[in-house]
Formats: sequence, structure tokens, C-alpha cells
Amino acid sequence: MSDATAHPALSAGIPAKVETPFQRFRAEFFESKIATVALAVFGSIVLLAILAPWITPQNPYDLAQVSVMDGRLPPGSEAFDGYTMWLGSDGSGRDLYSAILYGLRISLTVGLASGVIALLIGMAIGLVAAYAGGRIEAIIMRIVDLQLSFPASLVALMMVAALGKGVDKIILALVIAQWAYYARTVRATALVERGKEYVEAAQCLGISRFRIVFRHILPNCMAPLIVVGTVQTASAISLEATLSFLGVGLPQTEPSIGVLIANGFEYMLSGRYWISVFPGLALLFTVVSINLVGDHLRDVLNPRLKK
Amino acid sequence: MTVFIIRRLLQALLVVFMMSVIVFFGVNIVGDPVYMLVSPDADQADIEAAISRLGLDRPILEQYWLFLKGAAQGDLGNSFIFGEPALKLILHHMPATMELAFSALFLAIVIGIPLGLYAGLYPDGMLSKGIMAASIFGFSLPTFWVGLMLIMLFAVELQWVPATGRGDIGSFLGIQSSIFTLDGLSHIFLPALNLALLKISLAIRLTRAGVREAMGLDYVKYARAKGLSTRRIILVHVMKNIMIPVVTVMGLEFGSLIGFSVVTETIFAWPGMGKLLIDAILQLDRPVVVAYLMIIVLFFVLINLIVDILYSILDPRVRLQDQGA
Repeated sequence: MSDATAHPALSAGIPAKVETPFQRFRAEFFESKIATVALAVFGSIVLLAILAPWITPQNPYDLAQVSVMDGRLPPGSEAFDGYTMWLGSDGSGRDLYSAILYGLRISLTVGLASGVIALLIGMAIGLVAAYAGGRIEAIIMRIVDLQLSFPASLVALMMVAALGKGVDKIILALVIAQWAYYARTVRATALVERGKEYVEAAQCLGISRFRIVFRHILPNCMAPLIVVGTVQTASAISLEATLSFLGVGLPQTEPSIGVLIANGFEYMLSGRYWISVFPGLALLFTVVSINLVGDHLRDVLNPRLKK
Repeated sequence: MTVFIIRRLLQALLVVFMMSVIVFFGVNIVGDPVYMLVSPDADQADIEAAISRLGLDRPILEQYWLFLKGAAQGDLGNSFIFGEPALKLILHHMPATMELAFSALFLAIVIGIPLGLYAGLYPDGMLSKGIMAASIFGFSLPTFWVGLMLIMLFAVELQWVPATGRGDIGSFLGIQSSIFTLDGLSHIFLPALNLALLKISLAIRLTRAGVREAMGLDYVKYARAKGLSTRRIILVHVMKNIMIPVVTVMGLEFGSLIGFSVVTETIFAWPGMGKLLIDAILQLDRPVVVAYLMIIVLFFVLINLIVDILYSILDPRVRLQDQGA
């Protein structure tokens, strides 16, 4: 998806019969300028986070490279080691540009990991509910409804109150807070798919239940799952930042974007805005770009809106 | 109908019981609160005395049983830090949170509905597109970040309103609240706005969708044919119809306002239940954490129960479906 080589006008011109569904999807996706820009922004953020060790002047968590002399310098100041701190430095003298890129690595890892795990668990449970039916379905869906009646942020907060701090624990908390959204989506789609002719045909051919569910029904449930997945990943990232900001998410030793913002908060009232604001902007660009991509994916993947 | 209500009540009780198990055992596994309470140079005897005073030397099942027995009598245990009953501490902080949540709900309604109405009536106007774009931001911006920006803009740069704390408390018709004094209003403005942002976006979207749908319906055409002024059609006929879903949803969102107030209260140092919870989590004050979470669970279960019952009265199909399952 991230290779932007497809020319929208070009692929739109190709006759429909040689156009694969993926090509059509790609052409439709890049029709929207906002979504294209958002995808490019998100791609760059991921790239910057991955490349962080090679493109930042310091490793903000290697104490040998951080000097307290550089503490709270405004943007554009020159560091003790000679490089320019374009975004200023934080309370303990870390270059903010470096700290943000390293922080993004943690935030993105937590968001994506919890998103993928929640998707897999929710998908499995939703499929079981849709295919088992009867009492099992009733019990599963009661639990799902029950959980969805609490806001995800509150469930996550409860979980961190119970689990404590740490990357593994926050991922677990986010998975518990989010699996129900996936389960509900998969079950609803799978119920519709189950009634279609191709499933009946597969049953007549004597294909096993397991194979029908995973090879035939599941691929047809992917479109809504992808949409929910993007939106939920954005909300996982923002939820992790919120919990870390409150001091109940990640510890100081795992400084995600939320931890950086929390550290800068105490300096905000004295006018040293940059310590909080720049990490905040990084979070903002990440979350908003994912949401814009998700919003457009919803339009593109919705068969009811097909031209 | 009675059977339905009894079934739902039993289900609600079961939920509260299950949550009490999850919350109690979860919270009591993390960390060791004793080391936060005794002084660093305490010897082993002091530590053991503290452990037995807090009842932490008993097996966890016995602790849970004592908790359940107490909870049935309205006693959720004593705070480790303050030594007061946890329930009393939470009730003491509750008015501040309620005041904040109600103010936010009020702001969401008086700001969100008119903007949504405008965006629904003139969907192609520049202003409408601006409103809708802003509402997307309202949904995707993290609450705490918006709170920081509000503080920076209105409290630090412009210095219009104070950044933190709750102002003077006034009394009106026997209700004590900070919204009855000027100082109190200036303190509540930013946190209430911060808490309201998400709900403002929601109100805008609901109202806009409702208006756009209603404007094409027959009763609007008929009202026009009858010669009623546009103003009257919109304010009396359209508004009356779209207000029901909007108000229902906004009412339902009240619970999540209380949940979200944890974030807002921490940023603005608002002395409510949410701030109490965060402080309690950080200090491992288990009884307060358990009590807060149980109260919130109870709150949500009650809201859902009331909504379920109201819907079953309004729409009998809900009840029948439940019996079929």
C-alpha cells in the first residue's frame, strides 16, 4: 500500500476486466488528496521512527551522550556537543528531536502491537460466535455488549490500575480494552457472509467447517476489519499517550510520546512550551493521519458506496 | 415486563459481582503498598505491624470475603493513606466531578447543537465544511493534549483565566457549587471546555445528520406548502423531531464524561474523583482504587439498566427478542 508508484489517472484508464480488485482499490484510494497526504505523513513518521538511531544527533537514553548543561534550552540552541537542537531540549538535557523519534518508536510499537493482537483475538472470538451460534454466541455477544457499554479509555484505565506499569502490561490493557470492537465487527460481517450462496456451495462440496470459516468467510470479512483496525490503532496510540501522561502507563525508562509530554507539562506554566508542544505535535500528526486514512478507507471499502 | 426487569436486575448484579472479583484481585496483586507507607528506616517489626494493621497478612480470599461483607453494608474499606473510609473520600470529591461533567454537558449542548444545525442546513457552505473539519479534529485529538493547548493559550499566553484548581464556592437554592461565583466560573471554564470537546463534536454530527435527513421529509414539505416561515419550520418542527435522539445520546454520554474527567481533572488539578483515583493508583492506595472503580461500574450498570428498561417500554420488540435468546 505504501508504494505510491501507481498513477491514479493511469490505472483508472485501464479497462475494468484487466483491473484486479487491488488495483481498483489503490486507484480509488489515491483519488482523495487528503488521504494520500495523510498516508504519506504516516509513512514518513514510521520511517523516521525506524531510522531514529541513524538520523538523530544523540541517543537520548545513553547517559554518556546527555548533558544536564543542555537542560531546557529553547529551540535552535546549540548543544554542548556542538550540534544544533532545532526543537530545544527537555528538563534533563535531552535533545527533543532525538527524544521524539525514539519516543515514536515506543508509541508506534505499543499501538501496532496491541492493535494486531486485539484484532487476532477479536477476530477469532467473533468468528466462533458467528459460526457456533446458539448458546455460545449468546454468551459471547453478552460479554461483548457488556464491555462496549464501558468506554475503552475507562476499561484501559481499570486494567492499568490492576496490572501496573510497563510495555507488556500496557499492551495487555489495550488489547483487553479493544478486542470487543473487532469481535463485534467480525461477527456482524460473518453472519451476513454465512447466508450467501458461495458458503452454501462450499458446504455442498463437502468442505470442512474449519476451512469454510477461515478460507472462505474470513477473507470476505477483511474490509470492515481493516477499517476498524486503522481507527482502533490510532485510538490505541492516543490512549497509551493519555495513560502515560497520567503517570499510570509507561514508566520513565520507556519514554513514549506521552511520557515526554508529561515531563514537559511541569515547565509549561513557566513559558517553556517546547518541551510539551513538540512531542504533542508528533502525537497529533500520527493520530490524525491514521484517522484520515481510516476515514477514507471506510468510503473506499464500503460496497454500498461503489460507483 | 416485570420478568424482563427482574432478569435485567439479576444480570446487573452478576456484572457488578464479576467486576468486583476482577477489580479486587487485580488491584491487590500489584506492588507492595506497605513500603510506600512505612518510613524508609523502619525495621522488620514496624513493617509487620503495618502489614497486619492493614489486614494484608490474611489470605487474599479472606481479604476479598471481608471486602464483600463490608461492601454489602456500604463500607468499601479504609484508605491506606488518609485512614478515612474510602467511600467517604470519594463522596467528598464527587460534587466537584459532577459539577465539571454537568458544565461540560451544558457546553456540548449549547455549542454543538447550533453548529450542527447550521452545518445541516447549509451543507455546502464554507463555514459548514470548517465546522465538520473541526469536529473530525475534536474526535481524533487526545483530550489531554487539547487541555495542554488550552492552558497554554488562555492561561499562560493570554492570561484570561486561571490554569488550575477550583475557585470560590457559592450557594444557590441550597446547592453548593463553584458555578455560582465569578471566580468559580473562571476556574471551571477551561476544564469544562476541555471535557466537552469530544461531546461537542458528537452533538454537531448527530444534529447535522438529523437535520439533513429531516429536511427532505414530507412533513417539512407540507409545512412549507402551508406557508410557514423557514424559521418556524426549523425551530419548531425540525428541532422537535431531531432533539429526541440527540438528547438520548448526550444523556448516555454522561457516564463517559465522568470516566473521561480523570484526564481533565489531572491536567487542571481539579479536585474531583478522577484526580483522587490517579493519586490513589500512584500511591498504591488500594481501597480507594477499588472503591472508585466499583462506584464507576455501578454507575454505568445503572445507566445501562435504566436505558434498557426505558427502551423496552418504548419498543416492545427489545423485550421479546431478549426472551427469545
